Amino acid sequence: MSNSLNKKFHLAGNIFDSPDQVPARNGYGEGVVQAGYADENVVVLCCDLTESTRNAKFKETFPERFIEIGIAEQNMAGIAAGMAFSGKIPYISSYATFNPGRNWDQIRISICYSMANVKIMGAHAGISVGPDGATHQAMEDIAITRCLPNLKVIVPCDYWETKKAAIAIAGIESPVYMRFGREKIPVITTEKTPFQIGRADTYRDGQDVTVIACGSLVYEALVAAEKLSGDGIDLRVINCHTVKPIDEKSIIKAAKETGAIVTAEEHQVHGGLGNAVAEVVAKNSPVPMEYVAMMDRFGESGEPNELMHKFGLDSKGIIKAVKKVLRRK
Amino acid sequence: MAVTDAQIEYLEDMATHIREDIIIMLEKAGSGHSAGSLGTADIFSTLYFHVMKHDPKNLDWEERDRFVLSNAHICPVLYATLAEAGYYPKKEIMTLRKLGSRLQGHPHKGALPGLEASGGPLAQGLSIAAGMAMAAKIDARRSRVFCMVGDGEMNEGQVWEALMFISKNRLHNFTLIVDRNNIQIDGFTEDVMPLEPLHDKLTSFGFHVIEVDGHNIRRLIEAFEETIFEKPKVLLAHTIPGKGVDFMEFKPEWHGKPPNKEEADKAISELEQLRSLGGKITGEHE
Repeated sequence: MSNSLNKKFHLAGNIFDSPDQVPARNGYGEGVVQAGYADENVVVLCCDLTESTRNAKFKETFPERFIEIGIAEQNMAGIAAGMAFSGKIPYISSYATFNPGRNWDQIRISICYSMANVKIMGAHAGISVGPDGATHQAMEDIAITRCLPNLKVIVPCDYWETKKAAIAIAGIESPVYMRFGREKIPVITTEKTPFQIGRADTYRDGQDVTVIACGSLVYEALVAAEKLSGDGIDLRVINCHTVKPIDEKSIIKAAKETGAIVTAEEHQVHGGLGNAVAEVVAKNSPVPMEYVAMMDRFGESGEPNELMHKFGLDSKGIIKAVKKVLRRK
Repeated sequence: MAVTDAQIEYLEDMATHIREDIIIMLEKAGSGHSAGSLGTADIFSTLYFHVMKHDPKNLDWEERDRFVLSNAHICPVLYATLAEAGYYPKKEIMTLRKLGSRLQGHPHKGALPGLEASGGPLAQGLSIAAGMAMAAKIDARRSRVFCMVGDGEMNEGQVWEALMFISKNRLHNFTLIVDRNNIQIDGFTEDVMPLEPLHDKLTSFGFHVIEVDGHNIRRLIEAFEETIFEKPKVLLAHTIPGKGVDFMEFKPEWHGKPPNKEEADKAISELEQLRSLGGKITGEHE
């Protein structure tokens, strides 16, 4: 394990060796069951995707609190709002393209405008859903949720973080959007890794450039940092799992101390984490920035790793962006 | 329990008060929806002053009945009703649609006491109401949920999604009121997007459907009280848009506009002349 990783986060010892590979959605599935045990008001609503959204365990454990909506995401959002107004804590699940894609208007008015305590779970997010193609690759969901008042947006980086977040959000009286992918991804955090909504975590303390990433790209950022350290480039890596409200303090500190920022996310370049970071940087401490993201185009069918590589959403893409931003520093 | 003539008279008087409030607030606001608001005043009077179990002094009462206005653009009727019921000071109706008002152009839950949901984008209220009925069922609470939709609103697919959900879960604590006034913004509902045979459609979706004259309070009470075990209910309420103000009745142009000062004065004087009929005559729909 690299000595440069911040020890207080107790990251996995095998990150750069052969990290465990587990889908983040498994973390959600286990987390929501724990949330269900902790609070009997937790209910789960699902749109005919119980297994793939990892709600089967909750359904089996709390059958009377699992509500099958059928293929009707708009209805699901409204029903959840009504249940929240009656004291329930509904988790609503579908693929991120539909939830919050198809039911955005309902999320806006039924949920956010009314401060309904609903947890919106966007599964199969990102291009890594792969062979299903562009229709099912949610690459715009952060943009369309980040703009909604009252809504918190969380993009956990792996299995453990998704599990912790799924549990933590039950405890805050607020609508929340959380997105996670379908595929197995490296487990980089551990059970002991602290997680706090709204706090960006500096996993690696570097001085030359900061990579601010979320979701599956946090691992890629750490790998990029490890590779670049051989070239004498010292990367800071921040896991910005809470895209909204964003941790301005950590970002401003990174801008001031490293003088250049690269953002990395499995999402369109417009409206996502990169823009959220840029808003903070431009206002408080302007420094050169580069974005690792989907460059304003739709995806296509392919294997997840092929797609991530093709669109530069990997450590190679991050390294390229780092070198580019360094030239502008 | 038989309803007395005095009770009917009281509810009809209340409906007239609600209509007066609607005219006053819309004229002051300078924009808003007149026809649907006036057309449903009798239903609101019946619901809030006879049918529903609610307490303006105890907003968080879990066992209360809940009402959700899904065709939320006719919120002047809801605001007037809540004011008459004592949810907030009546003088505040003059602030409708004004900067800083609790009476937003479309309802904002949390802004004004008594609002169970926000609304505006059509069909959303129906799903929200369905969620409330579901929560009551899970918690074995005896509260009922009432929801109004406009007939034009039934063009929205989400309406039918919600109806399937209500039917599937046998939410017999749920009553839907369809404001069947046959008019939507672009014209008659049957021209814009035909709904008929609406009664049959709703029946086939698993509802107990009762057609009722939406201005006959005695009939409305009977319809609200009629229950079929384990079946959700629909009141297909035939109403006259603009009801109570002669020059507004049946006129589509009054869907989305308020009266000016002169029109408002004329409307108020018409409403003042309305005498209670004690439910003695039935509407033209019967």
